Amino acid sequence: MSRSKLKGGLLGRINDTNILLFITVVIFLLMYIGAIVFQGSGFRKPQMFFNILNSNAALIITACGMSIVMITGGIDISVGGVVALVSMCCAVYLDKANGNIFVSILIAIGIGLAFGIVQGLLVAYCDIQPFIVTLAGMFFARGMTTIVNTKPFNVVNEDFVKLKTTRINVPGMGSYNKKGLYIPAYVEIGVIVALIIVVILFVVLRYTKLGRSFYAVGGNRQSALMLGVNVRRTRFLSHVICGLMAGIGGYVYFLHVGSGAASHATGMEMNAIASSIIGGTMLSGGVGNIFGTLIGVLSLSTIQNIVSSAGLDQAWWTGITIAAMLCIFLLIQSIVIRQRKRALKR
Amino acid sequence: MTSNQLFIPLMALILLAVVNLIVDPGFFKVTLGTNNAGNPVLSGYLVTILDYGSELAILALGMTLVTAASGGQDISVGATIAIAGSAMLRVLCGSNSRPEALAAPIIVAFLVACLVGMLCGAFNGALVSIFKIQPMIATLILFTAGRSIAAWINNNELPIVPDPKFGYFGGFIPGIPIPTTVFIVLICIIIMALVLKFTNLGLYTQSVGINEKSSRLNGINPTLIKFLAFVILGLCVAVAALIKVSRISTINYSVIAKDIEMDAILAVALGGNSLSGGKFNIWASVIGAYVIQFLTTTLYKFNVQSDALAAYKAVVVILLVFFSAPKVREYISGSTKKIRGRFSRSRKNLLVKDAGKEESK
Repeated sequence: MSRSKLKGGLLGRINDTNILLFITVVIFLLMYIGAIVFQGSGFRKPQMFFNILNSNAALIITACGMSIVMITGGIDISVGGVVALVSMCCAVYLDKANGNIFVSILIAIGIGLAFGIVQGLLVAYCDIQPFIVTLAGMFFARGMTTIVNTKPFNVVNEDFVKLKTTRINVPGMGSYNKKGLYIPAYVEIGVIVALIIVVILFVVLRYTKLGRSFYAVGGNRQSALMLGVNVRRTRFLSHVICGLMAGIGGYVYFLHVGSGAASHATGMEMNAIASSIIGGTMLSGGVGNIFGTLIGVLSLSTIQNIVSSAGLDQAWWTGITIAAMLCIFLLIQSIVIRQRKRALKR
Repeated sequence: MTSNQLFIPLMALILLAVVNLIVDPGFFKVTLGTNNAGNPVLSGYLVTILDYGSELAILALGMTLVTAASGGQDISVGATIAIAGSAMLRVLCGSNSRPEALAAPIIVAFLVACLVGMLCGAFNGALVSIFKIQPMIATLILFTAGRSIAAWINNNELPIVPDPKFGYFGGFIPGIPIPTTVFIVLICIIIMALVLKFTNLGLYTQSVGINEKSSRLNGINPTLIKFLAFVILGLCVAVAALIKVSRISTINYSVIAKDIEMDAILAVALGGNSLSGGKFNIWASVIGAYVIQFLTTTLYKFNVQSDALAAYKAVVVILLVFFSAPKVREYISGSTKKIRGRFSRSRKNLLVKDAGKEESK
């Protein structure tokens, strides 16, 4: 990093993590402002933004876990399955056994941790490729979900419904409807949890020894080992954190949808990976930022909202536009990194 | 190395076969019956495995090359099967979704599908080789967009092919009791074998996978090799799409070839190929593909629900991968050596004792 500081040029002065984050933030802001200017109505209300947060709190949490694994140079594609399994288990426990909320949260965290620990052990201590291990994890979680309960159902547990409908009003952000009534802007509990987790993980990654060793292991495993970083333990912990985040994300998802179904969170792992990448995390490891991941999730869902409110309501447009966005982001990343390398060589 | 690599999938195959034989001695019985159209057909679990494993086997051919050359996997094959299949139906049926007759000959439709498959492959390949994006991420683009594009090609309608001849590719040709898919797989394997034997593709792919920089210094163009690998996979995808679409004579965009990418990658891994590129054995991958289909068929036989199938599959996969991991194998071979060492020592002692006894006699 010191070398890049010595060499001049705007691109040379910032490190990889920051430049990718910078691009993402700029594009996100441009996109949102563009949406406000050209689409008006919906996007002008702050509640639109809070709705994006409400429906994507779970994705934010799981994507943060995913970012950590990706920074360490691995990947975890089991998160979507774990989210589905968690919501199904909690739903069955709350509805069929009439259990209490606190235990259900413990169940969620327990399932997430169990997946994280087993996958971490297999990846870090048995040297099996993370893709295969977590692929099996995904299959297992999806299969277990249907074994636990096949049919989707809504949870009617009183305490749970109370928790689910709890809304936290955001002061000063409300709007007046057509009749002139003031409607306060609100966020759900999941959003608060997600934001707290983002802050915690941001601090962990930036200021703790563990966080720095994630970057070191992802950047170059060999030199991290020589520097005295416990590579195996670091990789193990990255998977454990990702599993834990999948567990918490699963509960937040469950809190948002309020039902258990085997088809829940289909493709969530790919969304999480995509938003991490849009947020500037590189799959090769060593580069990434939790704040960027948050922006990545927001960008992804803003695109979805723009597409659906632009009247292109045919289902295929969402898929195509997200893919096109992803393509553009990836190309920008690739070009910027190449330019930077050239600038450093000179 | 090669014989060692074939060991894992073959062992898994034998293990599955033995388990099935013990549970049901009639598992391998193949009977000659007649189907609805009155043609002679072979039926039995073995035929089912050979029949339904064919798409996976064809994909495994291309996926092995991609894995070896680029050190990453293509996760868009399921979505590109949807695209190629959709294009094929569009050509066959024209703009009418319920045509009386075919709008174009089947071979034209197949060639168009091949072109579309190769285009998709070329797109992925360009992103990976020219823009140096990791394969899994580059193919994530088509993975997200593929099924949407497939729906868009046919305007979200589900055309039905009227000609029964189209169904031959995924079923039976009248008069021949063996599934047509078996022949298609054989043709693909023979072509691949010829290509690998008479061109330097295999060698170049390995060298690019092992060390890109040094192979470039040796006059190989890594960009071209990676690109080619993806285009070849695109071709394999088109063939798989032909089989998939032909089986039902129509298409379901969101369900067709769902999760097949995961199975294809698993086939490569089960074949003992390193998922980070380099040395590869394409035949081991093909056997790996049939192992997966064998497992699926076995599970169905035990009345496992199709949704719950994944959980059992995962357990088997983890066990297989766990015991084939170099680290674990080292440990096991170390401990068996210890045991064997002790055993042979005790045997030696026994022999000495025996010899002593005989002498005393």
